[in-house]
Amino acid sequence: MLAMNYRGPQRVRVSHKPMPEIKHPEDAIVRVTRSCICGSDLHLYNGNVPDTRVGMTFGHEFIGIVEEIGSEVHKVKVGDHVLVPFNIACGKCHFCRQGLYGNCHESNTQATAVGGIFGYSHTAGGYDGGQAEFVRVPYANVGPTVIPPDMDPDDAVMLTDVVPTGYQAAEMGGIQPGDTVVVFGAGPVGIMAARCCWLFGAGRVIVLDQYEYRLEFVRNYANCEVYNFKEMDDPVVFIKKITDWMGADVVIDAVGAEAAGSALQTITGRKTLLQAGSATALHWAINSVKKGGIVSIVGVYGPTDNLVPIGNVVNKGLTLRANQASVKRLLPRLIEHVQNGILNPKALITHRIPLEEAADAYRMFSSKLDNCIKPVLIPPSARM
Amino acid sequence: METKTNDLPAIAQNYSHIKGWGIDADPKNDPTYPIKHRTNDEQTGYSWERPTQQPVDVEVLRSIERPTISAVFGTSTPPSGLSGAIRRYAFKYSESEYGHWLPLLLADRVNMVEGIIDDFRRGHVPNIFAERGWKAEWKHDPQGLTKKVLIGTAVTVVVFMLLRRKR
Repeated sequence: MLAMNYRGPQRVRVSHKPMPEIKHPEDAIVRVTRSCICGSDLHLYNGNVPDTRVGMTFGHEFIGIVEEIGSEVHKVKVGDHVLVPFNIACGKCHFCRQGLYGNCHESNTQATAVGGIFGYSHTAGGYDGGQAEFVRVPYANVGPTVIPPDMDPDDAVMLTDVVPTGYQAAEMGGIQPGDTVVVFGAGPVGIMAARCCWLFGAGRVIVLDQYEYRLEFVRNYANCEVYNFKEMDDPVVFIKKITDWMGADVVIDAVGAEAAGSALQTITGRKTLLQAGSATALHWAINSVKKGGIVSIVGVYGPTDNLVPIGNVVNKGLTLRANQASVKRLLPRLIEHVQNGILNPKALITHRIPLEEAADAYRMFSSKLDNCIKPVLIPPSARM
Repeated sequence: METKTNDLPAIAQNYSHIKGWGIDADPKNDPTYPIKHRTNDEQTGYSWERPTQQPVDVEVLRSIERPTISAVFGTSTPPSGLSGAIRRYAFKYSESEYGHWLPLLLADRVNMVEGIIDDFRRGHVPNIFAERGWKAEWKHDPQGLTKKVLIGTAVTVVVFMLLRRKR
């Protein structure tokens, strides 16, 4: 089968790999029909996530048709078109039972800080991902969800990560009616987070980014105020000024390790890997939220340390909330929102690219070429 | 200074142009006051009936912060070669130690070289330009790519000349 094949930092190709096999009675094999490249895939692509091995296939946002099931699978059947949450979750452990499906304790042997994630290095379990024609899906009774017949596959694939992550970013902000929320980052997750803030009753939503085309998109899509931080001396002072010098009630970091905006953070976090990615957005978030405010973090960072003003977290009495999105917990509500036209996730997809051209797709997304917001890879069998 | 009200229906009138405004609002969700409503079920769940164990038919490196291999695990790219040896060393340390993560990053770079050697061993010459997606860059940002190539060439020439001068 064809699969994306990681060869080293900023080098990927599509090559033939052996077909995945059922390894466990709760496994399913899924023939992929859509697979997105996620902003967090760029951390892998740039070689920033430890234990990313040459030969691995990335891809944690995918949908597909069930081709084969293990002997203990009863929730899905061969032929079902399913969306597969990016978290690999057993549904039985202490964490899954609390709805923390991103923190499953039975899906990742290599690290305890995170549950298993498809195609996200051995630090997240060593599973091949969905940027391929076929993929092995463990715990098929838990994660895979049959796509409602009236749902557009492009909407469905966005429900595997982007929509739940953006929604949970807003949810973790504990937004009170009328709150001012600042979102750092107008990538797909930031755009979705900005849109979802309104659902929780935000009174004002402000998005900061450095790319005009993305700011323009989120302004129209999420009906929010937008500002380009490249045009400011200091984004923190700017936010203070536009919030009566108080700071925002809630700030969302939807950027993570690839953040621009600080030479020190860029050199130490992205160029020399002396810290686990550039923490510029988180730094700004902590400093621009009001005292007693909430910082919601969904931007992904590496497993080592980052330079952030933790003293200000204490002195301002902040609450930090963060997690990988608990996709399964959120899916019923989010499917409802998509079906009712409250959320329109497929509008974020700007590029539909053949799987065979994955290397070009990564370059376009990474370098923000051709006004790329969200690229989706489509395998040959799904293009017929 | 702006004043806020908690009267949800009153605020909602101001946002009638935003579809779905406030439909998931939960004024009781206040994480600055983090006393979770507990049911006591949380405390009874520290052990659970484990899922069937996936047969261990490849080498799986295990974090020393857990006693067992997880019930399922990925079988992509088991450790091998020099990078594999470095990874095995890294897993002697906990996730809290630099001794764990820095060797893993080193192993990733060694693995990249191993990948190139392996390509040649199989008679495959890697097309670095295609793998780096330069076709897309040439199509959408030829100036940027040209600049990148020129800078790369200049740096290579300078390094080469410095090395020659030392001899």
